Amino acid sequence: MSDPTPITEQSVEDAVEAALRAAAEAQDSAQLKAARAAHAAEASPIAKLNASLRSVPNEQKAAFGKLVGQARGRINQAFSAREAELVEAEERARLAAEAVDVTAIAPRRAAGARHPLSLLMERAADLFVGMGWEVAEGPELENEWFNFDALNFDEDHPARAMQDTFFVDPVERHLVMRTHTSPVQIRSLLDRELPVYVVAPGRTFRTDELDATHTPVFHQIEGIAIDRGLTMAHLKGTLEHFARSLFGDEAKIRLRPNFFPFTEPSAEMDVWAPNAKGGARWIEWGGCGMVNPNVLRSAGIDPDEYQGFAFGMGIERTLMFRNNLTDMRDIVEGDVRFSHQFGMVV
Amino acid sequence: MRVPLSWLREYVALPADATPEQVLADLVKVGFEEEDVHTFDLSGPIVVGEVLEFTPEPQSNGKTIRWCQVRTGDDEVRGIVCGASNFFVGDKVVVTLPGAVLPGPFPIAARKTYGHVSDGMIASARELGLGEEHSGILRLSTLGIDAPVGTDAIALLGLDDAAVEVNVTPDRGYAMSIRGIAREYSNSTGAAFHDPAERFRTDAPAAPGSVGVTIDDTAPVRGRVGASGFVARVVRGIDGTRPTPAWMVARLTLAGIRSISLPVDITNYVMLELGQPLHGYDLARLSGDIVVRRALPGEKLTTLDERERALHPEDLLITDASGPIGLAGVMGGATTEMGADTVDVLIEAATFDPVSIARTARRHKLPSEASRRFERGVDPLVAGVAAARAVELLVELAGGTAEEGATVVGSYAEPAPILLPVAYATSLIGVVYDDAEVEHALTAIGARASRDVTGWLVVPPSWRPDLTDKASLVEEVARISGYDRIPSVLPVAPPGRGLTRSQRFRRAIAQDLAAAGATEVLAYPFVTPKQNQTFGSADGSKQPVVALANALDATVAELRRSLLPGLIDIARRNLSRGLTDLALYELGVVFLPEADAAYGVDSVPPTAALPADDVLAALNASIPPQPWHVAALFLGDTVPASKGQPRVPAGIADALGAAQQVARSVGVELTVAAGTRASLHPGRTAVLTVNGTEVGYAGELLPALADELDLPRVVAVLELDVDALIAAAPAQPNASTISPYPAATQDVSLVVDAAVPAAEVLGALVEGAGELLEDARFVDDYRGQGVPEGSKSLTFALRFRAADRTLTANEATEAKLAGVTRAAERTGASIRE
Repeated sequence: MSDPTPITEQSVEDAVEAALRAAAEAQDSAQLKAARAAHAAEASPIAKLNASLRSVPNEQKAAFGKLVGQARGRINQAFSAREAELVEAEERARLAAEAVDVTAIAPRRAAGARHPLSLLMERAADLFVGMGWEVAEGPELENEWFNFDALNFDEDHPARAMQDTFFVDPVERHLVMRTHTSPVQIRSLLDRELPVYVVAPGRTFRTDELDATHTPVFHQIEGIAIDRGLTMAHLKGTLEHFARSLFGDEAKIRLRPNFFPFTEPSAEMDVWAPNAKGGARWIEWGGCGMVNPNVLRSAGIDPDEYQGFAFGMGIERTLMFRNNLTDMRDIVEGDVRFSHQFGMVV
Repeated sequence: MRVPLSWLREYVALPADATPEQVLADLVKVGFEEEDVHTFDLSGPIVVGEVLEFTPEPQSNGKTIRWCQVRTGDDEVRGIVCGASNFFVGDKVVVTLPGAVLPGPFPIAARKTYGHVSDGMIASARELGLGEEHSGILRLSTLGIDAPVGTDAIALLGLDDAAVEVNVTPDRGYAMSIRGIAREYSNSTGAAFHDPAERFRTDAPAAPGSVGVTIDDTAPVRGRVGASGFVARVVRGIDGTRPTPAWMVARLTLAGIRSISLPVDITNYVMLELGQPLHGYDLARLSGDIVVRRALPGEKLTTLDERERALHPEDLLITDASGPIGLAGVMGGATTEMGADTVDVLIEAATFDPVSIARTARRHKLPSEASRRFERGVDPLVAGVAAARAVELLVELAGGTAEEGATVVGSYAEPAPILLPVAYATSLIGVVYDDAEVEHALTAIGARASRDVTGWLVVPPSWRPDLTDKASLVEEVARISGYDRIPSVLPVAPPGRGLTRSQRFRRAIAQDLAAAGATEVLAYPFVTPKQNQTFGSADGSKQPVVALANALDATVAELRRSLLPGLIDIARRNLSRGLTDLALYELGVVFLPEADAAYGVDSVPPTAALPADDVLAALNASIPPQPWHVAALFLGDTVPASKGQPRVPAGIADALGAAQQVARSVGVELTVAAGTRASLHPGRTAVLTVNGTEVGYAGELLPALADELDLPRVVAVLELDVDALIAAAPAQPNASTISPYPAATQDVSLVVDAAVPAAEVLGALVEGAGELLEDARFVDDYRGQGVPEGSKSLTFALRFRAADRTLTANEATEAKLAGVTRAAERTGASIRE
């Protein structure tokens, strides 16, 4: 062990000044660490001066002790301050180095999309579920009874031939691809307790060739409500509520007399589409009416006790005029560019 | 139905300035949807001219034109070049003057041709839109017209008329007539209507006619006699060569019916006016009396369209002593057809059963103006009226003499009255109708109503067979009073239960796959037999399928057993459009008939009645299973290359990842095992199970198959039975309190035979490690230096944790080694030092 360095005001001040200079001169953490080792750690001048306190006469201990203590404080403070400066500067430099062009970052995962027909059916179903209705379903390949006879289509009525039905081979076995979602009406009335308030979105089939406005496979949403005291005014109110949710608050419904075997009275419904391309106008939307008593009889319901209404509209058609689409083929063909225009929203 | 306005105006007070658009708008209110407006689509000046002289001038092209001088006004003679040669000096013709426009549009101007300036054109009937005749120009004398030179030919020929076309719904056969539309126009607007049928009601001759008629239906269809009425009238001594008047030609043309000959035109005209199809026979070609009967086995008939038709025993025929002479209500026969030489005519006005006619028209693919009316129902009381009207026109226009008597067979039974209870219309429509409104509506549609305390007893008019119950009467009340009176009232449904479990899960699957980067598609369910065989089973064997009897494309007539063919077709379409990185999915039903099951039913129960329980059960059992599936397809890059990110090509990992995603969406865990499938890569096929039940597969297409389909070599696919997945899902997720104590993580590498699936090693490891093992994950498969040939080193990351204390390293190691021991027993694994 070397001789203790004599403590003088000068020697203390020299040590402090050397340390402060070293701290100020350190340009990075490593230099600072070395400077600190040289000027503040064991064996540094100030540490040696501190050690020399032991040999200082007692009457001077307090004064020198204070002198060295203050000096050590100044040195440590200088190193800490410099350290903070360097850390901050280094972090700044690192952040600058880490900068990327945020406009050039490719997504890690491809974007997917729902089919707008599915989204539209879900949206429609949600509206009705919100009103307490339930969503009913039925098979796409149906027995003719559910598709026609139970819906009051007489086997020889021209309305039946007008449905352009896909028949399952052999035809004598009476299986068809459902031509509308209406068989779900009968299934619902047979399976559920009255009153019944259901909507039935789903796939339907008719022997139309695919072109700009037709497709042999399409979708409908059907609604049926059977209760005591339901009237055609309730039908109109329901349709208007539905129309407003899809086409805006200005939408309204116009009914025109029409014919369907399963409703009486029957109506064609037009919707006033305030946002239609080319200006607000009436657009033919679907068919509806009061459920024909014969349909209720097919489900074993007494038409003198219960009555109600039904409606149905094409989803493709609705999508086309709601979203200003002009070609059915875009909806059908599965070109991903089409669905990606919608993404997850319809 | 196309309705010339001039004709409509004869029976209802149409405002003088009524436009076709306004008439259509009025008709739509009472239920006749607008289809179109038809006009002759021409404009003048088009005038009557007289040929003063002409010079034939042979041309170098072999044709001979005539250079004509035509007077078109008092002091107006024009030189006109004409290519036709069917006219004479002195003929009155139709001259289209410069400035006129003919249908096409074909504007007329003075123009130089064949060395002359032709100052207008002499028109043919076809050029005017009056039928197909264009072998020569129209000579007005052939229409029986001799109008002064310079007369406006547009008005003269009825070419200024317009027709509205409306859609007539199948319940309203009566409206396939001017009579019916006039009534409905009146119902819509209140304009005065007079029924064209009324004029002849009292005229019905009492004496029997000279031709006997018998209805002899021994095999009624559905219990209904084929003809309930038959009126036969005879007109003698007509001149069948007389021209059809211009006004009649114009009206028929606008109504969409071609002018053929005067007697035929008259029968068509009356049909359009009154809705009663008529048939005219050349009486000289008829042998003996008429019998209406069903066809006999093997009988044949050559119809007016000159086609020989093999008859069906259900076909209703008009016959005479020679055999069949007409397919009743559908089309007449060739042997008794009226022609230019016809002198004596028999007019048939019959009431045929709609079902019988509809079946025959369908069977022979012969929808005619007549059959369309009969199958919708023709007023049974208008037959005699229509026959009388036709007789009147044959006398008036064709110079015939009406035979005194009429043969009238059959009778009309008025339907039983329908009770319309007092408040019923109000209770069904939600509009308060007073008595006067109800009575007005019933009267307006031609019904007879008598009121008592309970309501009205309503006898529907003879032309409304569709009015069969009180609901149908209410429709008339609502319709006549106006649907626009119906208010909007939102009904309050009882509380619902929301979406079903299956509906919620299916939505989650669809939504989550899209969120994971796939695009939803909705393919047609129609596939080829080959597609069904390739993708419809694991081993590629032929499976039971459902096929359509009348597919649009007979080669694509089967219903899909798998969703893959549709996805592949759509992928190919996208590829052909330059979209080469694809992730597609479909959620849809497949059709899985079972072997040896007999689907369908022999007969279908009738309308308007609840079938017996066993019948209903049979109906429900008659359709094959149609479970929901989900399938996805990946090709190209899953992640495209970008700075610092190499491309991630699609592969089985995408298919498995998506399958796991689907399982997570419904809350089940898939077990993955190696498997085989005829359509998939033998080394890259995973069979997916839940609790031991197979629910689907994932893998890559067999490269040879991908090649055959013009797809890239790697196409990853998956298909899951969604119904089975949902059935396997727990009612709700199992969850328990989680431990707050620190975890101990350890890796372990095990060397096993290269053929041992990693999942098997992991399973044993997990089982052996016991409940302290919280999570175990496969991280690496190493082969090469340090690992014996034919073996592999599998590395797993293990996370241990105790529920009630901080684990020591020793405890974790002990648990790990217990797992390793189990894996060694099970798979021959040894720990890699």
